[in-house]
Amino acid sequence: MSHDTPVLETPLSAAHAALGARMVPFAGYLMPVQYPTGILAEHQWVRDHAGLFDVSHMGQGALVGPDHATTAKALERLVPADALGLEPGRQRYTQLLNDEGGILDDLMYSREAGADGRILLVVNAACKADDWAHIAANLPAEVRLETFEDRALLALQGPEAEAVLEALGAEVGSMRFMDVAAHTIAGVPMLVSRSGYTGEDGFEISVAACDVVRLWDLLLQDERVKPIGLGARDSLRLEGGLCLYGHDIDTTTSPIEAGLSWSIQKRRRKEGGFPGAERIQRELAEGPSRMRVGLLVAGRQPAREGAEIATKDGTIVGRVTSGGFGPSVEGPVAMGYVPLIHAQPGTDLDLLVRGKALPARIVALPFVPARFRR
Amino acid sequence: MKLYTKDHEWVAIDGDVATVGITTYAQGQLGDVVFVELPDVGKQLTKGGEAAVVESVKAASEVYAPLDGEVVEANEKLADDPALVNLEPETGGWFLKMKLPAGTDTSELMDEAAYEAFVQTL
Repeated sequence: MSHDTPVLETPLSAAHAALGARMVPFAGYLMPVQYPTGILAEHQWVRDHAGLFDVSHMGQGALVGPDHATTAKALERLVPADALGLEPGRQRYTQLLNDEGGILDDLMYSREAGADGRILLVVNAACKADDWAHIAANLPAEVRLETFEDRALLALQGPEAEAVLEALGAEVGSMRFMDVAAHTIAGVPMLVSRSGYTGEDGFEISVAACDVVRLWDLLLQDERVKPIGLGARDSLRLEGGLCLYGHDIDTTTSPIEAGLSWSIQKRRRKEGGFPGAERIQRELAEGPSRMRVGLLVAGRQPAREGAEIATKDGTIVGRVTSGGFGPSVEGPVAMGYVPLIHAQPGTDLDLLVRGKALPARIVALPFVPARFRR
Repeated sequence: MKLYTKDHEWVAIDGDVATVGITTYAQGQLGDVVFVELPDVGKQLTKGGEAAVVESVKAASEVYAPLDGEVVEANEKLADDPALVNLEPETGGWFLKMKLPAGTDTSELMDEAAYEAFVQTL
């Protein structure tokens, strides 16, 4: 999690510089926060067209075992999701948990068709060193962890993403949300998943680091595609009600408090057998003491991470974990945790910003409806 | 007379009233401005103290008072159209007007040439 270690670069650093990106340190990497058009225009471009993100800082790896059941069971010892029942060609979202049921990281895991016994993992950049160490230390002898230092990751997000990839010869049109399949563009082999972190339809594309510049340039030749920085990635995921690790979820929050119960399948809820199962099963049965909620803020002034959440009589009941200006909402939005009794949509609360109480109302998440191709 | 601070504010002085805003360079660094919190008319500002807060999509940044003085007007247009700070930072996107006390010393502020040279060093 250290941010003061030497700054790393992705294979696309020169490409970002050529596009005039403003680079900032993020999770130990120098990453583009925005390109010259700015965050609002980039955000809107993703909503209307197709945005290309370099997310090569994220950790990619695989659990490798003798067969799917063995590998899946090894993963299930670390996460509350059902890995055993994951069909070939499908991806799911889950969380690495500590023994108290707190979240060490959130991640995607997938099962590539025709690769029995391999489960691919994508974890957060800021957590990857700790994640890999934690996973490796908790595997049975017959399952090993491979990490892919030589792979890059792109995300192509927005309603025109499918057409862009099809125009380049990748037949992704038959893929559904959270499908994973191998494709080739201009001779470059890639693993594509129909997923993302924007709330829009889109794809994440894992390619060899040595091929990523060529693929990046090819995608940008399509006039429907523009490069998008981390700034718009953050405003899109916030409007999508998606958690940012280290902010909306961390070791002090459980998946139930975070509203991620949907990612824990029925068999796992019943059987347990994952770290912190006792707490999570209890919270599923009795309800957690607090919940992550969405807050629509009146006026134009944003309430950001750390702002206190107060009831109308002035009692502090929680804190904002992510907040900012929602370009599509055209107003400020925030997420934070409040006790269950205050968590009902429609509840009026105040967010305290620089001594001022900003009226806010709890709304169901997401702020902007997801447009996944289910 | 238009002067500048190292915090990237501009100060246009006309008689005993100074109009204050942020520079073209500053708005470029901030990115899209979505909200500006302005002081109330009548507030006494102290040189180097907080005068306003400008919020971009990404973050909130303080704007410091370039001189001592009393706020006599705040730019109400920014409430409905904060993007004016990006579009017209040194004209229509001004933040506030302040009345300067007699004998105000502006010698620590930079003229345009000095500010341009300062920005080049960043």
